[in-house]
Amino acid sequence: MEKIEVEICMGTTCFIMGGESMQELASILQRKYQDKVNTKGIVCHGLCNTDCQYSKAPYVKVAGDVISEATVDKVLSAVNKKLGEEA
Amino acid sequence: MSTNDNQIKHLKREILVRITEAFLSGDFEENARKIPYAMRPKGCEVDLRCCVHKERAVIRDRIVAGLGYPIEKDDECTLLSTYAKGAAEREKPDEEILTVLQGACKGCVPSTVYVTDLCQGCVARPCKTTCRFGAISIINGKSHIDSSKCKNCGMCINACPYSAIAKIIVPCESVCPVDAIKKDESGHARIDFSKCISCGKCISACPFGAIHEKSQIVDVLSRIKEGKNVVAMIAPAIAGQFPYPVSKVRTALLKIGFKDVLEVAQGADVTTLTEAADFKERMNEGQSFMTTSCCAAYNELVKKHLPEIKPFVSETGTPMYYTAEIAKKRDPDCITVFISPCSSKRKEALDNPNVDYVINFEELGSILVAMKIEVNNLEDSEFETKSSKEGRNFPLSGGVAEAVKSALQYQGENIEVMPCVINGLNKQSIRELKNFAKNGKCPNGNLVEVMSCEGGCIGGNSALIAQRKAQKQITDYANEGGPVVKDSIEQK
Ligand code: SF4
Ligand code: SF4
Ligand code: FES
Repeated sequence: MEKIEVEICMGTTCFIMGGESMQELASILQRKYQDKVNTKGIVCHGLCNTDCQYSKAPYVKVAGDVISEATVDKVLSAVNKKLGEEA
Repeated sequence: MSTNDNQIKHLKREILVRITEAFLSGDFEENARKIPYAMRPKGCEVDLRCCVHKERAVIRDRIVAGLGYPIEKDDECTLLSTYAKGAAEREKPDEEILTVLQGACKGCVPSTVYVTDLCQGCVARPCKTTCRFGAISIINGKSHIDSSKCKNCGMCINACPYSAIAKIIVPCESVCPVDAIKKDESGHARIDFSKCISCGKCISACPFGAIHEKSQIVDVLSRIKEGKNVVAMIAPAIAGQFPYPVSKVRTALLKIGFKDVLEVAQGADVTTLTEAADFKERMNEGQSFMTTSCCAAYNELVKKHLPEIKPFVSETGTPMYYTAEIAKKRDPDCITVFISPCSSKRKEALDNPNVDYVINFEELGSILVAMKIEVNNLEDSEFETKSSKEGRNFPLSGGVAEAVKSALQYQGENIEVMPCVINGLNKQSIRELKNFAKNGKCPNGNLVEVMSCEGGCIGGNSALIAQRKAQKQITDYANEGGPVVKDSIEQK
């Protein structure tokens, strides 16, 4: 089975707007899905830079799909959905 | 951390970003006025409150605080543009550091004890017999509390075998260590500034995000724009606040327009040595204990609530105090800006003519977002004076006592240091301190380190990173620093 790639933005905008939860996201994903997901940190997806798009930060990509105003719950349910599709 | 807390942080930060953007736009007044409409445009979905107008009104209040004005004195018809103009032009920041948004605060119920549906209407009625104020009667077989007689003591809660009686707490009231904040008759929380020690605990506790620090970002940005020699003094806690090295954060500050960046850990080194000398003297004179003096909220506590402990408090200045002194000695006309995680430092700065402004980590972050500064892509830059390991460890609970201890050790002093760490001010730890003062001794040690925030300064209300991670980053950074005494001797 292919691993699901989760790209967490560590750029300044996403970091500031994301609050503490984004920093915990990687370890939560690790704990929950272990080798089913591949988590990596990215420096700016380039999504925050257009007009006022910082207000939709933080951004996380799950298998290429952009999640804006990301929260731990949103990301987890996106990952669950992907896993469900593959199974 | 709950999603709700994150939502409030997101909102508070977005407003700070927008204020900064408006400032940089060239037409500050007009663009500040438009912020509530930009954030909640016509026809948008309203997720937090009843309607778009209410949301805009609350956002407007947050902007008033973001511009550094008190909501309590706001007449609701002054235009945001007027406030913006005033903020850019004012000479000094407002006196009290906190303000409560009345519109946001209204939703929260005053503290009450009430009987839930779980009441079984038992025969024993332990609640009724326990209540010393005769507030409980039986209506339709179930217990009922007469709110006019109830004193909120909670005795009945413990008495009920079914846990059927509950108490609604008011979050800000319950965390305040000195009973300085209370909901008034109109349902709005009010801060009694004659009691408040500016600890910031209520800011973090309020689920409505109703308590704001009055921001000084516009003041700082204005001084930078005027071309003044604005110097950033970064609290050692900053090492734990960004996922980037401090050397890059330093470059980011220069990019914002600060002319120089000093590490407050440098001042912390002066604090350590002065405090060590003070400690030695007191112990030699036979005093049984001494407390530290670097936490601004604790110093306020001593002033307002615990004068009896004053004789035991070190006379040493805070790291911010010495760092500002260093900066002003180099250039008396420079504008000093302390960057910290702490609300009580704002208060300390107001009372110290050497510190012109304070901005917190959240505000710094928002300026970076508004200026589109990607910290990770910046070059490293070096501090002129490297601070010590001990100084860099100051923001961790136990760090200050440890620093004093190592200073005395390096100096070859034969004095036993037994740290007693008060990790966080609350009703209980305040009671303990009171007892130390009353008995003239502390049973748990001779050097009492007091920090108002749990975990130390990294637990401050504007912290950006979860504590455990922050702690690790700070320790790593501290380990790159030299020992406190060696460096300071070299300086002389
Ligand atoms: S916690 Fe305090 S400030 Fe916040 S809404 Fe409730 S009463 Fe108001
Ligand atoms: S800042 Fe601290 S002392 Fe002041 S009202 Fe809030 S919790 Fe109480
Ligand atoms: S910082 Fe995350 S998309 Fe730019």
